[in-house]
Amino acid sequence: MTQLTAVGKPSEARAARRGAGRPRRALTLNLIAVVAGLVVWTLLATVGVQGLPTPLAVAARAGELIADGTLPLDALASLRRVLLGFLLGTLLAVPIGFLMGWYATARGLLEPYVQFFRTIPPLAIIPLAIVLMGIGEVPKVFVIFLAAFLSSVVSTFQGVVDVDKTLINAARVLGASDRTIFAKVVVPASTPFILVGMRVGLGAAWGTLVAAELIAAQEGLGFRMQQAQLYYDLSTIFVGLIAIGVLGLLMDRLLLFAERRLTDWQERR
Amino acid sequence: MNTKISFRDVVKTYPMKDGVFTALDHVSLDIADREFVTVVGPSGCGKSTLMSMAAGLVEPGAGEVLVDGRPVTGPGPERGVIFQQYALFPWLTVRKNVEFGLKLMDLPAEERRRRAEHAIELVGLSDFADALPKTLSGGMKQRCAIARAYAVNPQVLLMDEPFGALDALTRVQLQDQLLDTWSKEQRTVMFITHDVDEAVYLARRVVVMAARPGRIQQVIDVDLPYPRTEEMRLSPEFGRLRNEVWHAVYHQPPAVPAA
Repeated sequence: MTQLTAVGKPSEARAARRGAGRPRRALTLNLIAVVAGLVVWTLLATVGVQGLPTPLAVAARAGELIADGTLPLDALASLRRVLLGFLLGTLLAVPIGFLMGWYATARGLLEPYVQFFRTIPPLAIIPLAIVLMGIGEVPKVFVIFLAAFLSSVVSTFQGVVDVDKTLINAARVLGASDRTIFAKVVVPASTPFILVGMRVGLGAAWGTLVAAELIAAQEGLGFRMQQAQLYYDLSTIFVGLIAIGVLGLLMDRLLLFAERRLTDWQERR
Repeated sequence: MNTKISFRDVVKTYPMKDGVFTALDHVSLDIADREFVTVVGPSGCGKSTLMSMAAGLVEPGAGEVLVDGRPVTGPGPERGVIFQQYALFPWLTVRKNVEFGLKLMDLPAEERRRRAEHAIELVGLSDFADALPKTLSGGMKQRCAIARAYAVNPQVLLMDEPFGALDALTRVQLQDQLLDTWSKEQRTVMFITHDVDEAVYLARRVVVMAARPGRIQQVIDVDLPYPRTEEMRLSPEFGRLRNEVWHAVYHQPPAVPAA
């Protein structure tokens, strides 16, 4: 038997794993693209596209907004809303998704609602939410919650349904009860789906947030841009846009990082 | 020797669009304690269904399946199953996979670790105990699955084309290793395969099945002593048996006009 240990070496998958060292070339190209974009932007602004501020002007405006505390406060207000809505949405979506995936009855009862509401863009709920819940924090958080919930619930449910039946059988023949199978097989096996759902949910939540703030808010990135629009303050609009992009990207990367860490066991082909 | 697994007049049918599909048509088979039996036959002959019934994953439509004289009512750790697709939990290391069944047995942690260690050693995976399945080759994955089944110390091993997805070289090596492990710790083995060579090399008895309807065509005794060796594999006696099984598998009189 000892001579058999040489059979089949561990695959090289580990070494070839993504993120283990993204080629420097790709990073250089990314950097070149960003610089080129800034140059084109500067050219367009200096040639005189009506009212377009230069990158420098936008940077200066960003500096002012940071210095007087407006930008951090707005970003904080926006982040608070999105995180609250997103957390509530995900916290509810995961158990409901599990219920739908595991029990045919729950699925039959809940699926019509989930599928129906999924076809309505959360933004379309805003008028209703404002009428019913006023213009405070509640309707904004609710709409964000809805956006995050609907994306997460579907992928959690799909993840549970897609769990490899052989894995469930493998646990059953080792003597696992239904409860053990759920906790030790179904939950870990559907984690990748849940995390993908969360990423999509966060994206949806972020997109919904800004729109919600455009309509009725006293602070927040969307509100600030809305104000700037009234005064034809393009620099502030640009600062807002870039802040939204950067924050969205950061949150996405954070979740991606968590996803990689938590689902490192997956065979990536 | 005592009978370990007993299929008595087992019938299994599945409803189809045009009538019923008879997966198993009154199949009876006794497997003795510590016997190594292989079941070979064309696809659709119900050999996997038969094994799944002993595993408790499929219920017979009629007839009964007994293990130790008691009807099978569901899966249980005293009957280990090894699947063709390995079915390792990809998020667990080799060791944790092997410990999965042990954890369900309420053993003291020390005993659990000892038994997992032993099973991993038995299949020669000690150097990879802390590796994740994705880093293992197909052969190593299947050895891990065998260790996982062995760890809970089942009296019966049910193997559903376990080496079917492996290349011919690895397959031969794993056959030797399986026999080696089996000779050290004898269990009753029911081994499903579609490979005639494999069926003859491993078994004391080869059960040849036929399709449409699924039934036992012939049972062939393999009068070769254990341990089986490479010389035996190349011997005229092996060749004769192989031909006999081959003939039984590939020249089956159709029970109904071939579709």
